Amino acid sequence: MDFKSRCKKIREEILELARHSRRGHIPSAFSLVETLVTLYDDVLKFDAKNPDWKLRDRLILSKGHGCMALYSILADKNFFSREHFAGFCQLDGILGGHPTREKIPGCEASTGSLGHGLSIAIGMALNAKIEELNYRTFVILGDGECNEGSIWEAALSASHNRLDNLYVLIDYNKYQSYGSTNEVCDLEPFADKWRAFGFDTHEFDMRKKPEELKSFFEDHRPISGTPVAIICHTIKGQGAASLEGNLSWHHRSKISDEDLSSIKDEL
Amino acid sequence: MRKRGLAEIFKLASANKEILFIGSDLGEGTIDEYQSVLPKQYFMEGISEANLIGMAAGLAMEGKQVFVNTIATFLTRRCFDQLAMDVCTSNLNVRLYANGGGVVYAPLGPTHMAVDDISLMRSLPGMTIIHPSDAEEMARAIQASESHQGPIYFRLARGGETVTSRKDLEFEIGKPILLKKPKEVLLLANGTMVYRALEVSKILEAEGIGVGVLNVHTVKPFDKQHLIPYLSEVEAILSIEEHNIDGGLGSATAEIIAEYSGNRPRFKRLGFPNIYPDYYGQQDLIISKYGLNILSIAQEVRSLL
Repeated sequence: MDFKSRCKKIREEILELARHSRRGHIPSAFSLVETLVTLYDDVLKFDAKNPDWKLRDRLILSKGHGCMALYSILADKNFFSREHFAGFCQLDGILGGHPTREKIPGCEASTGSLGHGLSIAIGMALNAKIEELNYRTFVILGDGECNEGSIWEAALSASHNRLDNLYVLIDYNKYQSYGSTNEVCDLEPFADKWRAFGFDTHEFDMRKKPEELKSFFEDHRPISGTPVAIICHTIKGQGAASLEGNLSWHHRSKISDEDLSSIKDEL
Repeated sequence: MRKRGLAEIFKLASANKEILFIGSDLGEGTIDEYQSVLPKQYFMEGISEANLIGMAAGLAMEGKQVFVNTIATFLTRRCFDQLAMDVCTSNLNVRLYANGGGVVYAPLGPTHMAVDDISLMRSLPGMTIIHPSDAEEMARAIQASESHQGPIYFRLARGGETVTSRKDLEFEIGKPILLKKPKEVLLLANGTMVYRALEVSKILEAEGIGVGVLNVHTVKPFDKQHLIPYLSEVEAILSIEEHNIDGGLGSATAEIIAEYSGNRPRFKRLGFPNIYPDYYGQQDLIISKYGLNILSIAQEVRSLL
């Protein structure tokens, strides 16, 4: 299956999850799809049958509200059965509106309270240094999440600890809950900020040239002592025209079958 | 107490490479000696408590036991969300080593006086809270922590406390130690208040009042089975703590007494009256100001009988 079809399939799975709960942050999940498909198809080392494999690469979805994308790709990679989709946001389900590490195979950290994941990732990356293990740690932040001061505490710490085994990806979809990121709390010049904090910083257009992220990892050699920041330029709701940049969808509940089928038609 | 505890952590870390220590911009040279011997287990981070706790959680998820050390007020309030969500929801082996519990840092003012720390930590599911009475007990508490699953808040007292704990009485997390058997009155105390409670007991003994002392070094969990046997024996119980009366040892005691269906003794909580002290001065002066010195406590006991 080619990359585009893979992404389409994952977006369909996200809609399937939403169908079971009639809610969920679909646009926040959609903007993650190209990034997660690239990472899980071509970059990360893992063994779905042995999710605690010591040498696996760790991936933390710090923007926990994008979890439907994570659940879809984890199920796609057979970490757990798709049958669990029916329990999404349900009392006995393992898949919640934000992810819980104890319940979900392949989920490295419980997230949802923003600004936590990068520090947890630093702990995991530091462990690899202490134990001289060659796994890598990836963490995906939201752009709005970068309003949190703890992100920048952690950014200082990542450089201080010379964590060249740490990859911080930011899903820069340009929107947060209330409005566009430049209206609510401007992040620009965003790449310069990560550079100033000591990160080897790269930017990719995940709408027009998502394949460049894969190429980057194929050629990538860590710079000694330098963590990597990757700004993934996306759009909230990416992949469905009616969702793209449409803020009314961020907190939508009571999602109808008609809503879902019209989004599906746009994919 | 702080140094004795640090030395004990080093002893554990020397024998167990899974034990790590992270300081937050501690005083100059605090861990130099330890770091030079165990560079892969001792770390110094900046003034960034939220990041520190997240990082400790990440390390604990990888199987480490992580001691995090800074001043109590910052280690509880500044990173509360990280403690709740990163550490407690996963019941991780993060150990908070909190300098300056109570009003140790009185000269530095309200920003540095920890009078709500135990209350905050008590509200966290799964958090164990240990407030030892002297350096020797702190050392025993650190030793006991190695086999304990889940987060622990170690609340340090001032340092140089008169040693009242006894090795022969054995330290076990969650099990209060009876230092003196009660007749009419039982005092529940921890930290610096254990010594005061014992002194109060001596004064009142001379007046014919039999006052027992229970060292509740572990504020949480405080199992009711350790208190209930005394409830029908004594006329009065007082809790004494270097902390606000809401949410700490006094509250924990009150909860047990309130749910007890038998005859209840009279009960009073002694501590700060749920305030942030706005005095400077020395620890002892503030303690006296709020009626927590030996003579004031003795008077409270008399008036309850």
